Amino acid sequence: MFNRTPIAPLEYTRKLWMRSWVGLTMLFLYAPLILLMIFSFNDSKRNVVWKGFTLKYYEKALHNDSLVEALVNSLTIAALATIVSLVIGALAAVALWRFRFPFKGLVEGTMSLPIIVPEICLGVAFLIFFAKVDWPTDLPWPLNLSAITIAHITFCFPFVAMVVRARLASFNKEEEEAAKDLGASEWQAFRDVLLPHIRPALVAGALLAFTLSLDDFVITFFTSGPDTITFPVKVYSMVRFSVTPEVNAASTILILLTVILTFIALKLQGVKGIAETH
Amino acid sequence: MTQAKQPIIQIRNVSKRFGKVTAVDNISLDILAGEFFVLLGPSGCGKTTLLRMIAGFEMPTEGQIFIDGQDMSLVPPNKRPVNMVFQSYAVFPHMNVTDNVGYGLRIAGVSKGEIRDRVAEALELVKLGGFEDRMPDQMSGGQRQRVALARSLVMRPKVLLLDEPLSALDAKLRAQMQFELADLQDKVGITFVTVTHDQDEALSMASRVAVINKGEVAQLAPPADLYEYPANRFVADFVGSVNIFEGKLTLDEPDKAAVDCPGLGKIYLNHGVTGPHGADVWVALRPEKIYLHVPGEGKAVRAAAQDAPDGHNLARGTIKGMSYLGDITLYEIQLEGGQMIRVSRPNLSRHDQEDFTWDDKVSMHWRADSPVVLLS
Repeated sequence: MFNRTPIAPLEYTRKLWMRSWVGLTMLFLYAPLILLMIFSFNDSKRNVVWKGFTLKYYEKALHNDSLVEALVNSLTIAALATIVSLVIGALAAVALWRFRFPFKGLVEGTMSLPIIVPEICLGVAFLIFFAKVDWPTDLPWPLNLSAITIAHITFCFPFVAMVVRARLASFNKEEEEAAKDLGASEWQAFRDVLLPHIRPALVAGALLAFTLSLDDFVITFFTSGPDTITFPVKVYSMVRFSVTPEVNAASTILILLTVILTFIALKLQGVKGIAETH
Repeated sequence: MTQAKQPIIQIRNVSKRFGKVTAVDNISLDILAGEFFVLLGPSGCGKTTLLRMIAGFEMPTEGQIFIDGQDMSLVPPNKRPVNMVFQSYAVFPHMNVTDNVGYGLRIAGVSKGEIRDRVAEALELVKLGGFEDRMPDQMSGGQRQRVALARSLVMRPKVLLLDEPLSALDAKLRAQMQFELADLQDKVGITFVTVTHDQDEALSMASRVAVINKGEVAQLAPPADLYEYPANRFVADFVGSVNIFEGKLTLDEPDKAAVDCPGLGKIYLNHGVTGPHGADVWVALRPEKIYLHVPGEGKAVRAAAQDAPDGHNLARGTIKGMSYLGDITLYEIQLEGGQMIRVSRPNLSRHDQEDFTWDDKVSMHWRADSPVVLLS
């Protein structure tokens, strides 16, 4: 403690103001989440003051059939929306990067509209749209999730397209030409050269799409029917009655799920690859 | 170098326009089998566009390109019997050296054993043995270029196209690669077509050079002819360093000619130029073909009389600038008429007895076969 070397001018990480600033930021970001997690173990129905440690609300949450069903619905929708968004988003990005065509700017602008338009408007729009086209609501699982899935794809794929587009900007077109020069067809050149280049962006885009879909509330609320409750919507309806630790437990599970998925994706890709995307 | 004098590439009236810009303007030329052909020109002259049209990455707006007698108009790049080394090398960053070099063979469906043998052979050829498992980001620019070379050579193309192959290398490596490329071409016997803006590169490697200016061929000749017998002012100025003086052709006979240059006086040549009498012409004189003398000793006059029996190619001036380049020294000399002339002089010994310096008065003379008369 006493023999410390003096802090050099550029050693910001050792300066007190820098450390406290980082600490405050972290506190601001994570205090609510940590509090939520802690109180999921609270042995109290009211969940206002700490009464003691228990796991019974986890047990309760996992035995709550409608909650589990909602979770399964959410994961199914997220998986489907991610896959479709990846394909549409990546193709859109490649098309916009590759070709010159009339009204390209307009196409590019309208494509990112779902990112900009307030969610509430999109939600209402989807509600009206599905009612107008008489979208069937009595289909068997998982087809009954189609309306929500379509809505999710609409706001997920622009994010994928954006990330892939950014990655494509750093692609050396001569590499693709080299592949063709060596005999590769259009498809082989795409598969062997372009796809490996945008892979980190695809992973990042998939991650974005999956988490966006998983925790979407507003749009889902407007497009879900009585039999197609998703996890966030279910949690909302539970909260309306009372904030029991069961809600905390369910939320904690969701947080853990997303963190684990993100972790796996980063591991698969290597953190470096994703960082390069931006 | 033995050459089969068969054209392997025939370019026929090829033009390429991008909107209103004409990049290549009605070029026709033949590239012979086995030669080291260089397209030389300043940036933006259309030489790269021409190369990319041979590779198939650009379509000619007009005209046709034949490779080995086949019209390439409707043949996509992946079906052409040519391979290209790109300016950025375009080595696939996610593949190691072996996979990079073997890529074309894998696409072609060559058996694994043959791929292994041919990749090893190609790597040996470009001196990259032992680098098989390296990733491109672990290699230097020069090594990456060798990977790109091997990747193309392994395909055994009829023609290898090289787009500014040496521009990204440092000076020492560039000089070495110039020799290696020429050597390699000799060894594999494949026709090389190289694009460059660097005249040293063109002169040192090429068997023939096409100088391109504004989308047209300014001159097509072997390197020495290009330098010693430039066809026009553009070539004379672009290839090497040159003094150009405007003048009028006053004498033009089969074995002698004279040009009256207001800046330099009368210039005598020991050969005819077959230009119209009294025409406006330009005289090009290379700096190394001018001899410097200390004035007043009559040496210049005697030497001039000996070198140009029909007349005295003599001039006098004052040294206004000089730059010592080690092997030679370059002098900027102001002539008595006020014009500047550049003269270079080899530093033959360590301590030159006739060391010239700033503001020295000097005499100059040149041989009667040194100046080149240019009509355009």
